[in-house]
Amino acid sequence: MTFSDQFSDVQLDVLKEVGNIGAGHAATALSHLLERKIEMFVPSVQLADFDEVVELSGSAEEVVVSVFLKIEGDAPGGMFFILPPVQAERFVRIMTGDDSFTIHHSDSMEIGVSALKELGNILSGSYLTALADFTQLTLYPSVPSLNIDMAGAILSFGLLELSVVSDQGIVIETCLRDPSDETKESVEGHFFLFPDPDSYGTLFKALGVSAYD
Amino acid sequence: MTKMIQMIKVGIADLKVTKSSEKLRTSGLGSCVGIVLYDGSLQAAGMAHIMLPDSSLARKGEFNRSKYADTAIEDLFIKLRRAGADSFRLKAKIAGGAQMFQFTPASEMMRIGPRNVEAVTKKLTSLRIPIEAQDVGGQSGRTIEFNPLTSNLHIKTVNKEEIII
Repeated sequence: MTFSDQFSDVQLDVLKEVGNIGAGHAATALSHLLERKIEMFVPSVQLADFDEVVELSGSAEEVVVSVFLKIEGDAPGGMFFILPPVQAERFVRIMTGDDSFTIHHSDSMEIGVSALKELGNILSGSYLTALADFTQLTLYPSVPSLNIDMAGAILSFGLLELSVVSDQGIVIETCLRDPSDETKESVEGHFFLFPDPDSYGTLFKALGVSAYD
Repeated sequence: MTKMIQMIKVGIADLKVTKSSEKLRTSGLGSCVGIVLYDGSLQAAGMAHIMLPDSSLARKGEFNRSKYADTAIEDLFIKLRRAGADSFRLKAKIAGGAQMFQFTPASEMMRIGPRNVEAVTKKLTSLRIPIEAQDVGGQSGRTIEFNPLTSNLHIKTVNKEEIII
């Protein structure tokens, strides 16, 4: 039996709920921060090949803005909040009131980077706090790391711990959308949670689901 | 009429060999390393996209050999030999192995990029395959494309000009 075959439907539903609670709180936090409505999509839990994982937010080569933090404590892992550059610019413009901000323009970059880091801090912090409350586990976030680079180069890092036991990743994905942006249908922010392989047992136990069934 | 040059996509923890004019390409290398072995006079080449330095890290019996530097390079070597490449003519070009995230204290996984490059270099040296050119380390992702006709490796990074090694 491979690593990814061992999960039952009930367990996958529990993981979906983990994504739901975390991202739900993060959406509320984002909504307060930007003083506007933020919608959250029903989360999904997918078993996907590595190539599929890095293409979930676009192509592996596509440039994305990413906030990554390591989770330490009872259930170690990694968490990413991924935004298309255009959306990151929108958020920074709203937060700083600087309508000319672009992520490629160096003059305004420093303030923009601080704003993006703060945004990442608040979102990932609220996601993780909700997760810790829900599971009654002790989870410590690292200082978030901000990257603007190819999706594949960033997301593949989240797969490393898993890659020693599996050729598939379990992706707990939740999408956020700003409904006031009527210009496009696309989803504007993704949360990806990658528990380390040994953390699944801990998460299931904490949530009252048998780790082996 | 121009003939379309076909592109072969190499995925994560994947390996492909070509003995024609087809180019080899892999996208979004971060801490992973892209390894090209080629025999210039035969215009045969192979590309691997490895994630981890050594197959001894694998925690189960069966594993994907293209995921680890040591086993992927062995397989590339064998496949190119089978395709008719002369082992004395084989050369290598490598790219990737960036350290995408800076955390303190740095864990072993954080240093995976440099460790991958070390493992690739060690394995190639043990097989006496010279590294003709490399673009490794740094903090940026790379997309690479190898042209077997010219033996050129094209490297794209975000916000920078494409380089050719």
